Amino acid sequence: MHSFGYRANAVLTFAVTILAVMCTIASLSDNLNVPSPTADVKVLNINWFQKQPHGNDEVSLTLNISANLQSMFTWNTKQVFVFLAAEYETQQNSLNQVSLWDGIIPSKEHAKFWIHTTNKYRFTDQGSNLRGKEFNLTLHWHVMPKTGKMFAGKIVMPGYSLPEEYR
Amino acid sequence: MKGKMRRFSAARASTASFRGACLRRQPFPATFEMDWQGQKLAEQLMQIMLVAFAAVAFITGYIMGSFQMMLIIYAAGVVLTTLITVPNWPFFNRHPLKWLDPIETERHPKPQPVTSKKKPTKQHPKFPCILY
Repeated sequence: MHSFGYRANAVLTFAVTILAVMCTIASLSDNLNVPSPTADVKVLNINWFQKQPHGNDEVSLTLNISANLQSMFTWNTKQVFVFLAAEYETQQNSLNQVSLWDGIIPSKEHAKFWIHTTNKYRFTDQGSNLRGKEFNLTLHWHVMPKTGKMFAGKIVMPGYSLPEEYR
Repeated sequence: MKGKMRRFSAARASTASFRGACLRRQPFPATFEMDWQGQKLAEQLMQIMLVAFAAVAFITGYIMGSFQMMLIIYAAGVVLTTLITVPNWPFFNRHPLKWLDPIETERHPKPQPVTSKKKPTKQHPKFPCILY
């Protein structure tokens, strides 16, 4: 601690190290939070269901997505990224996941929501296996922290199915 | 100037005001420095203050549920610590080092140049000593 420069360097280095320790503890404190989210999706309408020229099935849905993700927010949460995926099985693939809609929830106030929309992204199959297919709609979320570890989770909602014939 | 040390008691320095201690201790502008005790004090102060501010900031931020509040309190703590420990405040110089009296130089005074009618010759000092 001999000179001005030496002490200034020591203060800044120690301060930044302690800041890193504080951020680590803040991230660890996120583990104390046990979230209890709820979600419900209704398929209001199947707008159209066709086989595209390239040979793949495609369907357009109108959905009503309602969810309460408020318990996921902690003091160390920057935003929550949430997306809805349709999951089903085919002969070719044991699991197909097609993302239909996603959104960013910036704060706790916005975390209790409902939205009435058509699917944001195309629901397209690899092939033409969708006729009469039963599928699950799964709501996935990623809790993005201000510092530290990101948590992910999902709610599976089974029991949806597509019509037997093209419309 | 004779090599006499001006002595101050530690008690007088600690009760003196900031400006008084500054003027009485060292003529302005003196060489601003810390003594060894002062350096140790500065290091300890820095560590204790930073850890204390970090703890207070974290607890306050956690209770208030505000990450930003934690960072603000901690940043204020870092600035305060820098202001207290980094500059050479006089209270870091309360145990100044006592350098030895310059006895050696009094024993071997610098020889005066002798003026004479002869050609001026180079003068050699009696003893090869280094004068401080």
